[in-house]
Amino acid sequence: MSLISNITAATLAKDIRLEWRSKDAINSMLFFGLLVVVVFSFAFDPIAEESRRIAGGLVWVAFLFAAVVALNQTWAREVRNQVLDAYRVSPAPANSLFLAKALGNFLFVIVMEVLMTPLFIVFYKLRALGPAWMLAPIAVLGTWALVVNGTFFAAMSLRTRAREIMLPLLLFPISLPAILAMVRATTAILTADEPAKFWIVLLIAYDVVFTTACLLLFETVLQAE
Amino acid sequence: MTDSKSSHHPNTPIVVVTDLVKQFGRFAALRGVTGAFEAGRLYAVLGDNGAGKTTLLRAVAGLTHPTRGSISILGSVALRSVSSQIGYMAHPSLLYDEMSGMENLRYFSHLYGIANEERCRQVIRLVGLDPELARPVGQYSQGMRQRMSLARALLHDPKILLLDEPFSNVDVSSGREMVKLLAQMRDAGKTIFVVTHQSALLESAADEFVWMQAGQIVRRTPKLEGALLAFADWKPETESRKPDLP
Repeated sequence: MSLISNITAATLAKDIRLEWRSKDAINSMLFFGLLVVVVFSFAFDPIAEESRRIAGGLVWVAFLFAAVVALNQTWAREVRNQVLDAYRVSPAPANSLFLAKALGNFLFVIVMEVLMTPLFIVFYKLRALGPAWMLAPIAVLGTWALVVNGTFFAAMSLRTRAREIMLPLLLFPISLPAILAMVRATTAILTADEPAKFWIVLLIAYDVVFTTACLLLFETVLQAE
Repeated sequence: MTDSKSSHHPNTPIVVVTDLVKQFGRFAALRGVTGAFEAGRLYAVLGDNGAGKTTLLRAVAGLTHPTRGSISILGSVALRSVSSQIGYMAHPSLLYDEMSGMENLRYFSHLYGIANEERCRQVIRLVGLDPELARPVGQYSQGMRQRMSLARALLHDPKILLLDEPFSNVDVSSGREMVKLLAQMRDAGKTIFVVTHQSALLESAADEFVWMQAGQIVRRTPKLEGALLAFADWKPETESRKPDLP
């Protein structure tokens, strides 16, 4: 267990260091997110009440698409110079690598969300009628749902020719229950029309099921040729 | 690190390959490779492009799953269980271009549970590089990258070294230095497999030349000259020339 956490920590630190130097994922996510916010704000000119109804969907669609941009780059560094082979020949457990990658992606996407959220609030004049603090756990659970599957499917599509297309094709359908839960929970908080509890519980269940499944299957994906 | 818990006896072969077949679709890269390789020897694996040298090395490293046949290392067919005893150097560097040599080795040392700064410095010096070099590996010359790649393979002091084209793009004097280092490691008891097209570099250092053609080991000779002659005499059967298996 200690070996797993050591390797996970070392891999996560390495990924953060590489991202800090290149800023590939963060820059592309921010640029994409910014585009979506601006384009949507021109496309719709909602009143405050309409904003509250549609913002949940808009925010999560923007975050989802922006996250896919970063997820596609997750394994790119490992493929360059075939560094992944160095990991595969080592005795390091596959799960350590997966956890580090998922945690790294989670961190990068959360940073993007933190930077983009004020823009959404300003552009869409958002003010939550329900308990606004509950948006934080929804963001955490929803982001984890996206990155855990995204990291897994990005690894799966690593050896395919059209991996940029393959990732959304695999990720979006399987993420539908999570996306639905995120959007409905966010809208519930913004409008205070219904309790968000059911959707949050659904998100927790989704995260537990898919994190477990990904951890169980990742060894097979990593060792596949 | 070096002390394996394996019950390997010094006189028994350390790597045994039995009827190894590897197919990629209909193309057979390995066509029934069989061989036993003893500990503490330096094997030069030679052959034309497409002979199956790299595939054989990758299979022994556990990176390629054989279609048929088996590989036993240190008496174990479960290659994952002996992975800490294998050092692998591929044609690509297997290093992160954006990090310095020391940062790379520091990370890889964690994968082997070593995390020892001094060991990282030691192997970098061993291959003739400076551990204080802060430049990212991406800015190294090809020769420096090869040497850093060798340092990565040596980091955990493995018993078996699998080196794929370690001398490519390395100047002659650096190549000779690397060969000297490999010979020293062989003398220290390591088993080394070197896939190379620069067989002349290993002429005096290698204990055995293993010639491969069309996915098979066709000759094993103690001298390079003998191997070349034997290889020239070799007449493949009509069937074995076909790359595909039924």
